[in-house]
Amino acid sequence: MAAFTQSTARFVAGLSLLLLAGAILVEYVPFANIQPIRMLFGASVLDFALRAAVPLILGALGGILCERSGIVNIGIEGMMLAGAFAAFVAKTATNHWALGPSLLLATCATLLTGAAMGLLHALFCLRFGMNQIISGTSLILLSMGIVATFFNRDAVAVGKFAPWPVPLLSEWPVIGPLLFNKPPITYAALLTVAVVGFALAHTRWGLRTRATGEHPRAADSAGVDVLRLRYLNTTLGGALAGLGGGYLILEAVGQFQEGMTAGRGFIALAAVIFGNWHPVGALGASILFGYAQAVQNELLLAQATVLPRHFVSMIPYLVTVIAVSGLAGRVRPPGSLGQPYLRETEA
Amino acid sequence: MPMPKAQPWPVAAIQTAVALLGAVLMGAVLMAVLGHNPWDAFADLVAGSAGTAHGLAATVRKTSPFVLTGLSVALAMKVGLFNFGAAGQFLMGSVGAVWVGIQFEGLPVWFHLPLALAVGIGSGSAWGAIPGWLKVSTGAHEVITTVMLNYVAALFAGWTVFAGSTLSATRPGPLWAPTAGPVSASPDVLASARIPWILGPPFRIHWGIALALLAALLVWWLMERTRIGFELKTIGTQSLVARYAGMRSGGMTVLAMTLAGGLAGLAGTIETLGVNHKFAPEFGGGVDIEGVTIALLGQGHPLGIVLAALLFAVLDAGASKMQFDSGVPSDIIQVIQTLILIFVAAPALATWLLDRVSRTRRVSTAAAGLRA
Repeated sequence: MAAFTQSTARFVAGLSLLLLAGAILVEYVPFANIQPIRMLFGASVLDFALRAAVPLILGALGGILCERSGIVNIGIEGMMLAGAFAAFVAKTATNHWALGPSLLLATCATLLTGAAMGLLHALFCLRFGMNQIISGTSLILLSMGIVATFFNRDAVAVGKFAPWPVPLLSEWPVIGPLLFNKPPITYAALLTVAVVGFALAHTRWGLRTRATGEHPRAADSAGVDVLRLRYLNTTLGGALAGLGGGYLILEAVGQFQEGMTAGRGFIALAAVIFGNWHPVGALGASILFGYAQAVQNELLLAQATVLPRHFVSMIPYLVTVIAVSGLAGRVRPPGSLGQPYLRETEA
Repeated sequence: MPMPKAQPWPVAAIQTAVALLGAVLMGAVLMAVLGHNPWDAFADLVAGSAGTAHGLAATVRKTSPFVLTGLSVALAMKVGLFNFGAAGQFLMGSVGAVWVGIQFEGLPVWFHLPLALAVGIGSGSAWGAIPGWLKVSTGAHEVITTVMLNYVAALFAGWTVFAGSTLSATRPGPLWAPTAGPVSASPDVLASARIPWILGPPFRIHWGIALALLAALLVWWLMERTRIGFELKTIGTQSLVARYAGMRSGGMTVLAMTLAGGLAGLAGTIETLGVNHKFAPEFGGGVDIEGVTIALLGQGHPLGIVLAALLFAVLDAGASKMQFDSGVPSDIIQVIQTLILIFVAAPALATWLLDRVSRTRRVSTAAAGLRA
């Protein structure tokens, strides 16, 4: 894993430095402030990239918690959609409250709904023996069906999280507004990357999770309760993925529409794989995919290409396909991923 | 990952019946919770899809795309792949069919129609082959690639009939009908490329259903009576055996995805040449990933898939009457379909639930029989 971790860290650091260097260039070097360069490295494109990356980061972290303990999670998309819908319903129901408590309640609703979806996934896979990919599929279909049935198209969510500037740091040029003047879920997402990364590597829970994902039988004989750990991780992962959906309502878009997750759950899954099941790697992959969306957005806004908008809009999806295709032999999933665990007495 | 196992057919039939019962029961509870009378709702559902000539016609019309997307998913599943790309393959099939269907005026029907069908199937196949090839050559996760390619296909299909925009000075797409004005749509398919009616308007039943059933028969023949089918199944269930026997699992995997893409492409082709007679971006045919449910409900067997597709068509065709008469939102059908998927994929769940709901001796015995 060490080699992987190093190359992942190098990739993330390299990508971030490249983007930041570009931003500083645009800011300070007059001749660099021309449209093509501004479109690739300007403050607005980087800001959009981060905004597009946050739901991917949270979805990918959810996927990592689940998959590092050995359960495939195709259903991130469903967890995100359910989380977004829960946030919207909770927010619209409490529009008449003060903004703070209303947003807090909506955040709790989105976390709980995501957790419930995760728990459902765990129950389907662990208790009722469902194929894990099919269980994930059913989560997606279930949230789509529930949303279609209960979505009130006239409801309007009023207000969303405002940026919380970090004292002093937010004053920095370029980096300040980009990283330290953000609404809370963005901070939470970045912080969670660090927390999950540290916990996976350095805590008892992390060791047990990794052992369970690699070799559940060995973990079991060392006294780890494999099933309980898988229930726990899948539920926690669901909560994070749900928050990724809630972010769309509470911080980014502010309103709900059907199909608003638009494949983000699958792109988050791609980020899990591209990041080699490591939180920091997934962060880098999410930024890359978010950046692809941002560039697409800039190109459309600037009408800078002769290509019809349809082809420009393909960019994020094609980047995802290329990313998951360019990895033959370079990433390695957890050893027991997708295999149900039966103790020898039950098998 | 272990794939859902094929069961001997009586077990499969009982399991499926129990699963359907469980799903209907849960659906009824949901309707009751929403304050509707489930009995009325289900009665409306059946009346709307089978009670009138029009309802029956709609049911028949809606069966063919369900059969074909179900077959598409099932075929890919035989080699252990999940084809989430039916929606994209459907759209590419539609575009291919309409591309041939709107040109070549004066061609005889016996040549034009088969040509349009072939190009439609071919477009879907090519679109399905891409994730298959990526899987084999790079190990790219087919669920991710097929879903991403669905979005790409939707954008591409939208572009082909795009009406253009003066605002951004974008030219219209190549298949756009100038007569449609600002509307993004293709011209009408020429009469020589349309699938003929079995029963013309107002019923609008066309021979596409026969094509779908023929496809089911062909898939059965391929899987059960040919060496290719044997190899596909061996690769899916016993990959080591397949390797020792010298089967080329890479080529076979690409082949399976190509065929799966062709089946979903045929679904789009049939909808285009038989029902819509043109293409517009909103003609997705309602095809999404419910092919997964149909394939599982049909236990992966072509006959089972035809029956499952028929059930889905009934639900689909009756939903609007149910909404109109009983006030139950028609989208609840999606929830019921998902419940069917859940109960079919986890037989243990259905028996557990039925155990809880009614502890009568009969059900418990059936459940015990199922577990055994």
